[in-house]
Amino acid sequence: MSDWIWLVPVLPLLGALTNGVLLRGRVSNRGATAVALGSTALSLGVALVAIASYLGSEAYKAGEVFEKVVYAWIPAGTLQLSDGSFQNLSIEMGFRLDPLSCVMLFVVTFVGFLIHVYSVGYMAHDDGYQRYFAYLNLFMGAMLLLVLGNNFLVLFVGWEGVGLCSYLLIGFYFKETFPPYAGRKAFIVNRIGDFAFLVGLFALAERFGSLGFTEIFSAIEHDPSLVTGEYLLGMSFASFVALCLFIGATGKSAQIPLFVWLPDAMAGPTPVSALIHAATMVTAGVYMVVRSNALYQLAGGVSELVAIVGCATAIFAATIGLAQTDIKKVLAYSTVSQLGYMFLAAGVGAYSSAIFHLGTHAFFKALLFLGSGSVIHALGGEQDMRKMGGLRKHLPSTYKTFVIGAVAIAGIPPLAGFFSKDQILAGAWGSSRLLWFVGLVTAGLTACYMARLVYMTFYGEFRGTEEQRHHLHESPSSMTVPLWILAAGAVVTGLLGIPAFLGGGDWIGHFLAPVIAQVGTDHAHHAEVWLEWVLMGFAVVAAVLGILMARRTWGGDRGLEGGAAWAGRFPAVHRLLVGKYWVDEFYDRWVIKTLAALANGLRRFVDGYLIDGVFVHGTAFLTEMTGDLLRFTTTGNVRNYALYFLLGLLLMFWWML
Amino acid sequence: MLEITTTHYLALSFVLFTIGLIGIVSRRNMITVLMSIELVLNAVNLNFIAFSYQLGDLTGQIFSIFVITVAAGEAAVGLGILVAVFRLRGSTEIDRAQEMSG
Repeated sequence: MSDWIWLVPVLPLLGALTNGVLLRGRVSNRGATAVALGSTALSLGVALVAIASYLGSEAYKAGEVFEKVVYAWIPAGTLQLSDGSFQNLSIEMGFRLDPLSCVMLFVVTFVGFLIHVYSVGYMAHDDGYQRYFAYLNLFMGAMLLLVLGNNFLVLFVGWEGVGLCSYLLIGFYFKETFPPYAGRKAFIVNRIGDFAFLVGLFALAERFGSLGFTEIFSAIEHDPSLVTGEYLLGMSFASFVALCLFIGATGKSAQIPLFVWLPDAMAGPTPVSALIHAATMVTAGVYMVVRSNALYQLAGGVSELVAIVGCATAIFAATIGLAQTDIKKVLAYSTVSQLGYMFLAAGVGAYSSAIFHLGTHAFFKALLFLGSGSVIHALGGEQDMRKMGGLRKHLPSTYKTFVIGAVAIAGIPPLAGFFSKDQILAGAWGSSRLLWFVGLVTAGLTACYMARLVYMTFYGEFRGTEEQRHHLHESPSSMTVPLWILAAGAVVTGLLGIPAFLGGGDWIGHFLAPVIAQVGTDHAHHAEVWLEWVLMGFAVVAAVLGILMARRTWGGDRGLEGGAAWAGRFPAVHRLLVGKYWVDEFYDRWVIKTLAALANGLRRFVDGYLIDGVFVHGTAFLTEMTGDLLRFTTTGNVRNYALYFLLGLLLMFWWML
Repeated sequence: MLEITTTHYLALSFVLFTIGLIGIVSRRNMITVLMSIELVLNAVNLNFIAFSYQLGDLTGQIFSIFVITVAAGEAAVGLGILVAVFRLRGSTEIDRAQEMSG
């Protein structure tokens, strides 16, 4: 059955083709729904069957991967490798099933399907209903290519495909001013990272003569010295490629310094924020780093960089999230922060923890986003938390599921976020006390801003207009049912990774173990049991402290006063956080303006004077001037010609004699 | 008595050739120009024959017969053009034909 794996990405792509091209504007919303949901549901079904049959197969038990090559996609011919030998480079359209892609496949198809269902209710009154579902299906197809590809190029096609869909869906409300701008910003920032990604791919192709995961990673595992030698700029080959790929990941997964697009990406419809900008697409960078763990384990320095960047992003975004008032912005910065956590895990070598957190995060963050979408839906498009409040009476289902999601992300046991975050913190402790401490503080901040979000939205008095109060309603069941399913996921997915000392088997760690290459040093630190208890205690205390702090400030009926009091006590800090550290302004002032000035200078001097002036107009002028001079000799008088002839003859004689 | 050597022939040929060239370049009447061309050609013929005689090789003389043949053709075509030009503008002044000036 696994042979049908290619259907998984193809079905949503067909759905996108049908809704976007073939039946565009020719069917009712109901028809568009049938196509979009049908293709996604079928894809989910095929995926589940494929996973099940892979897990039941002999290959899985033997620790092997399943690969299905559909056709030779780019038979590129002979390539001279960097060691001088020649190899036939052929890139296949191939799919791969191993424990890692099984986890990703399940998360993407399952969460993706739920968000499709949710969107039916959320987008019901939107003019672009069919267009929306065409884009969403296209996204599913690209994302599934990304996680299923058996080589870097198929991954890259999916990588770019999801970037395109992200652009299309952020700018979905193209009649307004801001969403198209945010879409362009996302696309351009991603391109910066993609450039480095491509450089990394070229380096890999030149070294290995292949882009297949199996070929490259088994070659590295077989002989790590292949990639540890000096390569470029004093870096080893592994470091160089790992750095290039990581720069790509910082773009896609919104890490410092390329995280600026993600908060603006909230301009798209809320289910899109849930699916693309929280649960799946932005985690592609984490997936890619874990997939390439053989390289990262050997990339001295770069893994540390990954951990530091992840850790810095985590606390940086968490502090910004404390001061934002737009409900989706808070969740966006929370996403950036949690992605930082995943990179922290990947950087310290806790790859399975990174994927574990990716999976749990997909559930509770999708839940939180969809919950916020339900709130926004009920308020007729209002996103400012200062105009919410007291909604728990009006939106009971949304309130309950949202709290489950918030508690899960805050890291309160026994919900999902607790286990995955605890694994990451334990891994960070084994690598560096400082990383652990920053991670711990971030955990506290996470709990604090999530509790703040809940208090500001669902508690206290309603602060919106009378008209909004009148229209307050719980969302339709197509929206609340996915919320409950995701809430169930946010509760139980953590159980997959109960650590051994709590009586669990760390199932996810063992499940993913075959994916982690056995090269170089063993990064897995097995701490003492008492230490694990202490670390876990710290994490819980941090989370509880965060929640209590939020409760003191925003809890009960305090409304906005508590927050205003804090802002009044530390005006500078408050301005810094509300201004998001002015990173956007900094980029605008120094990067964009500089580049624009450079481009403008190039246009004026190189293009204007050199290309246009010297090359184009200069050549024309030279030709014209020569012609003008020479025309005086063509008098039309035969005797003059005879004279030239004679002179020429004499010149020839003079030259010859 | 003065013996006539190849050098004398060459000198005569040179004089004829130069007169012909000057005629081509300086005269305005097309008929004169054509006649000057004949002079140049015949100066060449003279050269051919002089060397043929000196070297005892008949090739040069045969070649000069070819030249005379071609010259006859050239004169016929040239005179034909001349007649056409005369019909067109009632003059054989060569300077009048300047339509091709750049």
